[in-house]
This record gives sequence, C-alpha cells and structure tokens, in this order.
Amino acid sequence: MSSESKIRMNSTDSLSTGTTFAAREGARVDLQNVVKYYASQLALNGVNLSMAPGEFVALLGPSGCGKTTVLRALSGLESITEGRIVIDGVDVANTPVNKRDIGMVFQAYSLFPHLTVTQNVEFGLRMRKVDAVSRRRRASEALDMVGLGDFGVRYAHQLSGGQQQRVALARALVTRPRVLLLDEPLSALDAKVRVQLREEIRRIQTELGITTLFVTHDQEEALAVADRVAVMRAGNIEQIGTPEDLYTRPATSFVATFIGLSNALDAQLAGSTVTVLGTDLPLLGTGPADGPVTAYIRPEDVSFSTSSSSGAIAATVVASSFLGSLRRTQVRLDTGDLLFVQHDVQLHPLSGERVCVALRGRPVAVDAR
Amino acid sequence: MSAPEVAPRLAATRPGPRQRRPRYAAAPSKTMRRIILSITAVLFLVPIASMIEFSLRSGQTGAHGFEHYTAIFTAGAAGTYDVLFQGIANSIAICLVTVVIVLVLLLPTMILVEVKYPKLRGVLEFVCIIPITIPSIVLVVGFIPVYSVVADIFGSQPWTLGFAVGIIVLPYAYRPIASNLAAIEVVTLSEAARALGAGWLQVLWRVILPNLRPGILSACFITIAVVLGEYTIASFLSQNTFQTALVLVQHTDPYVAVIFAVFALIFAFILLLVIGRLGALGRGRPHA
Repeated sequence: MSSESKIRMNSTDSLSTGTTFAAREGARVDLQNVVKYYASQLALNGVNLSMAPGEFVALLGPSGCGKTTVLRALSGLESITEGRIVIDGVDVANTPVNKRDIGMVFQAYSLFPHLTVTQNVEFGLRMRKVDAVSRRRRASEALDMVGLGDFGVRYAHQLSGGQQQRVALARALVTRPRVLLLDEPLSALDAKVRVQLREEIRRIQTELGITTLFVTHDQEEALAVADRVAVMRAGNIEQIGTPEDLYTRPATSFVATFIGLSNALDAQLAGSTVTVLGTDLPLLGTGPADGPVTAYIRPEDVSFSTSSSSGAIAATVVASSFLGSLRRTQVRLDTGDLLFVQHDVQLHPLSGERVCVALRGRPVAVDAR
Repeated sequence: MSAPEVAPRLAATRPGPRQRRPRYAAAPSKTMRRIILSITAVLFLVPIASMIEFSLRSGQTGAHGFEHYTAIFTAGAAGTYDVLFQGIANSIAICLVTVVIVLVLLLPTMILVEVKYPKLRGVLEFVCIIPITIPSIVLVVGFIPVYSVVADIFGSQPWTLGFAVGIIVLPYAYRPIASNLAAIEVVTLSEAARALGAGWLQVLWRVILPNLRPGILSACFITIAVVLGEYTIASFLSQNTFQTALVLVQHTDPYVAVIFAVFALIFAFILLLVIGRLGALGRGRPHA
C-alpha cells in the first residue's frame, strides 16, 4: 500500500465512525534536513524539527526567517528541494496537500465567502464524502467547541475577525486531522481578542491532543501557548526548547536578544567567570574562547542598590516606563552604557535622578565580540 | 453638573438633520451628484425616447400608433424581414460561440495565472488589452486571410465570426473577471480548500467559480453587448448579423430598423437586471 493511500485511509476511517468530537491521537512529525530554494535564494537551510504526538510547537522568528516556509512545506503547499517530511513514519514530501490529512488556519481570513458558517465547516467533510447527517452533526459539534454554535447560518462578512478565525479553527479541526498548522492566525486581530483566542486554541489543542505547529512573530504569544518554541533565523532553527529554556538559557546571542529584552554589555571571559562592569558572574552554558566578549543581561538581573553596596555602579535615570505589574527604567552608566533595570512598580525613579545599580549574581550568556 | 457637559458632546458627534456631514477628498456634494445623474439620464433617455416616438409615427400625418410593430409579426410581412430575423439568429449563435470562448479559454487561463503563475499576470493583461488599441478595420484586414482558412475548415458559417469577436471582446471580458479575482483572494481560498482535502477540480468548481460569479456574469453580459453591436467585422467578412441586417432593412423600412434597435436596448437592459440578480443569489446581506 502506498504511503499516500495509507494516509487517506486513516482519515476516512476516523471520520466514518461517526463518534462525537473525541480526541484522536496526534501524529509524530519529523522534518529531516529540509532544504528549500526559491530560484537561487535559499529559504530553508537544512531544517530539523521533531514533534512528539500531541505536542504544541511554536515557530518564532523575525520576518523572512523561513518560519512560514517550514509550515507550508509541512502542509504540502510548498514543495521542498531536499530532505524528508515524515508524519507517523511515512515520508509525505511528495504527497499533495489535499492528501496529507492536515488542518490549517491561515493568517488572512480564509472562509469561503459564498458559503454559510456551517457550510464552511462542512467543506472538509464533504470532500471526504461524509454523509449529510454526520456532516451536519459534526459541524455543529465543531462550532459548539469554538463557542459559535448559534452562528451557523451566517456568512463570513457577518462575523468579526475573531469569530471568523474561530470558524476557520472549527473548519480545520472538524475532519480530525493528524496535524494542525496555524499560520499567524492571530496577527490580524486586536490585542484583547488575540489573547482570548490564543488561550482558546491552547485549550482545544490540549483537549484534542492534536500535534500542532504554530507560526508567529510575536514572542509573547509563542511563549504563552507552546510546549516548545523553535527560534528561527535565516532559514535555520537557532534553538528549540521550552519557553523557560529559551528565556533563561539562550543558546546564541540572537536568541538572547530576540527572546525578551537583554542588555548587551562588554565583558571579559576567563574560564567560567564573566566579568561585567567590574562584577564577576558565572557563565551560562559554554562560551567562546577566553577574552573580550559581549554579555547579555536581562533587565530583571539588574537592580537598584545603595552606593555602599558591593558592585554598585553609579548611573543617571534616562526614562521610566510603567508596565502594569512592574516598571522598567533605562539608566545611563557613567561609562556611557545604557542599561534597562526591571523593578517594583512602587519605585518611581525620575528622569535625571542619580542612582546606583548592581548586577545580580545570576549566570550570564555571552558571545564572542 | 455632569449631564450638561455630556450633552453638547453628543450633539457634536451625532449631526442633526440640518447639520452638514463633512465631505472628504473629491467626493461631490449631494446636489452635484443629482445634477450629474440627471445629465447622464437625459443623455441616455432622450435618444431612446426619440427612437420610440419615431417608431410610433403613422406616416407623415403626425399621428402615432402601433402599425409598424404589428406589421413585423403579420404573416404577410414575415418574408420581408427574413434577413433581419436570420441576422438575429446568427448574432445569437455568434454570442454563444464568443461566450464559450470567454468561459473555456479566457477564464481558466486567468484563474491559472492568478493561482499558479502570478508573475504572468502583467503579460496576460497586456495581451488581453491589445485588441482595444487596434482599430476594428485594421483587425478585419488581418482577419480576411485567416478567415479564408477558417472557411475551408468550417465552411462560411456566420457562427465562425465568434472566433474574431472572441478576440475583440478580450479587453472587456478580462477586466470584470480580473477585478473579481483580485477581490476574493483566490490564492488563499484555493489553499484553504486544498488543505481541507479538495482536488484542483473541486477547488475550481466549489470555491473559485461560485465566488467569481459576478465577474463571469459581467464578462458574459459585456461579451453579448459587444456581439450585438458589432458591425465592421461582419460587414467586411460578408456575414449577415443583427447589425448588418439592421443597416439593410433601414434602407427599405427605417421604422422597423428603429423598432429592433429599441428591442435590442430593452433586451440589454433586462439582461443587465437578470445578471445583477443572479450575481446576488446565495449571498447573505451585510448587517446594517
């Protein structure tokens, strides 16, 4: 039996059972040394990514880093130049998109404008020749799942952006795909709806146990919902790990600066000790050869101190921003370096005020200068 | 004290009936819009009304009646206008051939270019616009040797004019379909349908074509209008069509020629209404 027909059969079997919206075991996904060229331009440079069944992985990176290309390659919307795309042990690199059994939600609202909400959700089932009664029932269940059970007779233009993306999610999930692909589905929504919908996506993904790849350029979004986050840069995955790993143990300077906010300061590396602004700090992970390096220090690893404290550095307050539960203040050291300090919201430094700051003794990531 | 402070603000954001709404950019005022509409209506209606009035005249007496209309359908007169009825039948056949060319050749090409080869969009547009830049008489000179070959293959049948008219209507048929394609984000919809398990034919039949219905209908309407108004090619290629027949009949009975011209206008008007209705079928209306 060909790999293609195997996939098709799996899909039809699961649909013909007519059971309610029960969880279906997610698929294992492996991208092995995937290379993609657009004409002579290299878009993916040997990407390797493994996703466990039911895992939620976010692809994060700046515009043009190749994250959407990875997602489209996995979906089958883009062919790959080299490498393998394996879903549950079957190489699907040459399987057309309509036979890969994937669900996809796009950045642009992609509901079919000539169909009602129910007809949109039924579309995938119709393509799989599911009978009309089952189609209606399953579409209704899917719409209930995303909280739009009463919107079945409406058309796309009668829904808000958030509602349209919920319908798109229901439409992608109603066929019980083995993999769910989300291509920046929240980027066109306003901030409040974005947060609500991302929580909802995570809840539904956990309930269904579906393997999910979520592409975003919003690091807060990625860190908030994903089991693991893959940070991409120039067609490569720089680091993949849990959100905590990426934040506290960045593997490269790019990850350190891309995830969260970091103060990049000149430092000296000697063995496993990094000397920054006269303070000795432990090295995080492995570093380059001994000598001058750039150290990346999080704002929360810098604090205000008294002038008599050890390691205190004199500085002048430049600006201070209220961020709700905390406050972030930028100071200019007497050496001329600018430094962000994250501190309690009760403390309210004034611009031009003379202060002292100190580095907490936490491990620090460095990069060769 | 708060109520009086709020009241003026509400009044400012909700203009009363006597308050003027702000106008933006080059938007004409309501009065100007009415003047423009009235002038346009007069320009259209005066010739049509004059045609109708002329067709109702009874000889030189200044009286009006329906004699010329009834004469068309009387048995005795039927033979007189055979050339005209044959011309109408030929024009309908040419309409069908031309619409088929638009639907079978132009439409799939445009969809293919939009979905698979967007870089060719400019080339296709250029090719489709070319016929509008070439005078009909110049085109006819080119068509004459081509049609000697066409006549060898299909015979000198009037419907073969559809091939030539199919080229002439390209600019008019291209524009509404292109506008519709641009409006529906055809690539995203196709990809969404493909990801849901649809093959290319299903994408075309169930997603693209239903959403292109207004553009396709407009293209067909314009095609029919161009065919019904086409004279130069038919005349130079010695074919009897509605327009050439009208010119012939006009020499013997100008009233009948005008009556048929009025019928053609009414037909075009009804066609426009029908297409408008069909284009709106199956679509929900936006909330007010």
